[in-house]
Amino acid sequence: MSPPSSPEGSALGDPAERELGGLNLLSGSRRSRLLGDPGSKRAVAVSTTSTIVVIGVLVVLFLLAPGSANVRHTFFNPANMWHSFIGDPKHGYYSVGAAIWLNIRMFGVAEAFILILGLVVAVVRQSTSPVMLPLRLVTTIYVDVARGVPLLLLIFAIGFGAPALGLRVISTQPAVVYGVAALVLSYSAYVSEVYRAGINSVHRSQVAAARSLGLSEWTALRYVILPQAIRNIIPPLLNDFISLQKDTALVAVLGTIEANRAAEIYSDTSFNYSSYVVAAILFLILTIPLARFTDRLIAKDRARRLAGTT
Amino acid sequence: MTSDVLRIDGLRKAFGAQTILDGITQVVMKNEVVCLIGASGSGKSTLLRCINLLEKIDAGAIYLEGQCITAPGINENQVRKHIGIVFQSYNLFPHMTVDRNVTLGPVKALGMTKAEAAAEGAALLDRFGLADKRHDYPDRLSGGQQQRVAIVRALAMRPRLLLLDEVTSALDPELVAEVLDVIRELAEGGMTMVIATHEMGFAREIADRVCFLADGRIVEEAPPERLFTSPSDERTRKFLRRIVEAGRL
Repeated sequence: MSPPSSPEGSALGDPAERELGGLNLLSGSRRSRLLGDPGSKRAVAVSTTSTIVVIGVLVVLFLLAPGSANVRHTFFNPANMWHSFIGDPKHGYYSVGAAIWLNIRMFGVAEAFILILGLVVAVVRQSTSPVMLPLRLVTTIYVDVARGVPLLLLIFAIGFGAPALGLRVISTQPAVVYGVAALVLSYSAYVSEVYRAGINSVHRSQVAAARSLGLSEWTALRYVILPQAIRNIIPPLLNDFISLQKDTALVAVLGTIEANRAAEIYSDTSFNYSSYVVAAILFLILTIPLARFTDRLIAKDRARRLAGTT
Repeated sequence: MTSDVLRIDGLRKAFGAQTILDGITQVVMKNEVVCLIGASGSGKSTLLRCINLLEKIDAGAIYLEGQCITAPGINENQVRKHIGIVFQSYNLFPHMTVDRNVTLGPVKALGMTKAEAAAEGAALLDRFGLADKRHDYPDRLSGGQQQRVAIVRALAMRPRLLLLDEVTSALDPELVAEVLDVIRELAEGGMTMVIATHEMGFAREIADRVCFLADGRIVEEAPPERLFTSPSDERTRKFLRRIVEAGRL
C-alpha cells in the first residue's frame, strides 16, 4: 500500500506554503506531539520553535530573491486574487470560487461511482468459479489498461472519442460527464486493487468459518469478508480520494470551466497568475481536512490493532 | 435409511506430493462420540475438514446419513448446514456481536426469521452460561467464552453431526474445563460427535470409541478403556508412552 500522500508539499511549492503557514504550524506541532514525548512541554516548545525558524528562513529567502517583488506582484497580488475569486462575467472571466463548486460535485459523483465499480471489479477478480473466467479476463485487462494509461490521455480519449462515435445518448453528453467518466474509469481500477488487498487481508479461517455454516460464497463475502475488508482499507481509500479531489482539475482540458480552468481564463485576460494561487488554495482547503482525517483514522486504527492483540 | 450418521470409505487426501490421509474407513453411529487422537500432523484436522467439505478429497467417498456427499454436483452448502465444525482458534466473526455470530447461519443459510433465530440463539447462549455476553463483541470475551460461543454458533444450525477440531488447544489451561463441560453436556444430550483432541483424559472419559491416527491411517480403534490400557499396535503404545511421560494422561 502506498504511503499517505502529503498534498501540502505538492508542486504548488512555496507560495501555498507561505499562505498556509499558520495551518502548517498547527499540524506540525500536532504531529510532533504524536511522535515525540506527549507529556513534555519542552518537546512542544522545541518543535514549535524549529517550525517557526524553518518557515521564517523560507519566507526570508523568498523575500530576498532578486525577482521576489515581481513574483509577489504576478502571483500574490491581493486585488487580482480577489477579482479572480469573485469573478466578473462582464469582463470575460469566471469566479474561481464558484467554479470550485463544480470540482466538488465532480468529486462527489465520481467517488460514488468509483466505490461501486471498484468493488464490483474486485469481487469479480477474486471469484473462483470457472463460469466467471471471461469476466475475470475482462476485468483484469481493464485494470491493467486503466492503471497504465495516464489519466490525462484517458480524459482526452473519452472526451473526444465518445462524441465522435455519433451514438444517440453516449455521444451527446456535456464535456463534464465525459470527464467524470474518465475519472471513474481510472480511479476504479486503483480502488479495485485496494479492495482486493482488503479482501485478502481477512484471514482465510474466516472464510472457512462462514462456509462451514452453509453460507454460499456470495453470502460469506457479503456478511463476513467484506465488512472486515472495508474496515481495513478505509485509510488507503481516503488516500485515493484526496488524490481524486485534485485530479478533477484535469477535466479542464475538455473545456469544462472548473476552478483550474476559471483561473486560467482569468490569467489570460489579466496577464496575472494570482488566480492560480486562489485555485491552489481552494484545492488545499478541500484536501487538507481529508488528509488530516485520514491520518487520524490511521492512528486510531493502529491503536485499535495494538489493543486487540491480547 | 441406515442408522449410521457418517460413513467414510477409503478416503485419501494429499497436499501436492504429501499424502495426509491414506485410506481412511470409518463409521460413526447416531449418538456416538468418536475421538481422534494422534501426533500433530497425523491428519486429524484434515480428516475433519474433509468431512465438512472444506477440503476436496482425492479418492474414496463420504456418506452423511446414507447420502454420498462427495459425489460430483453435490451442493456443498446444503451438506454443511447439517455438519457443524468448531475450530481450534474459534474463528468467531470479530465485527459481529455474539448474538449475530450465532444467528447469521440460521438466518442466512437455514432461512429462519431473525426473531426465530434470535430466540433460539438466546436459549442456547443461556444454556451454556453466555446469556450476559449476547451483545458483546468477541474481543471482549475470554478464550473459553469465545470457544463456547463458537460451539453455540455451530449448534444453532441444529447439526446432525458435530466436528470438534482440537477446540481446547488454543486455550489457557484454566479455561479448558469450561469448554470440556460444554462438550460433556452435548455428549450426554446425545449429540453425534467426532472430536480431534490432545486431551487424553477427556477422550478416555467421553468417547465411545477412540481412533489413533498415524501416517494418514487409523492404526488402531477401540473403546477408550482398551485403547488406553492395553493398546495392541506398537505405534499406539509409543504415542501413549510419550503422552504419559509428558504428564498428559
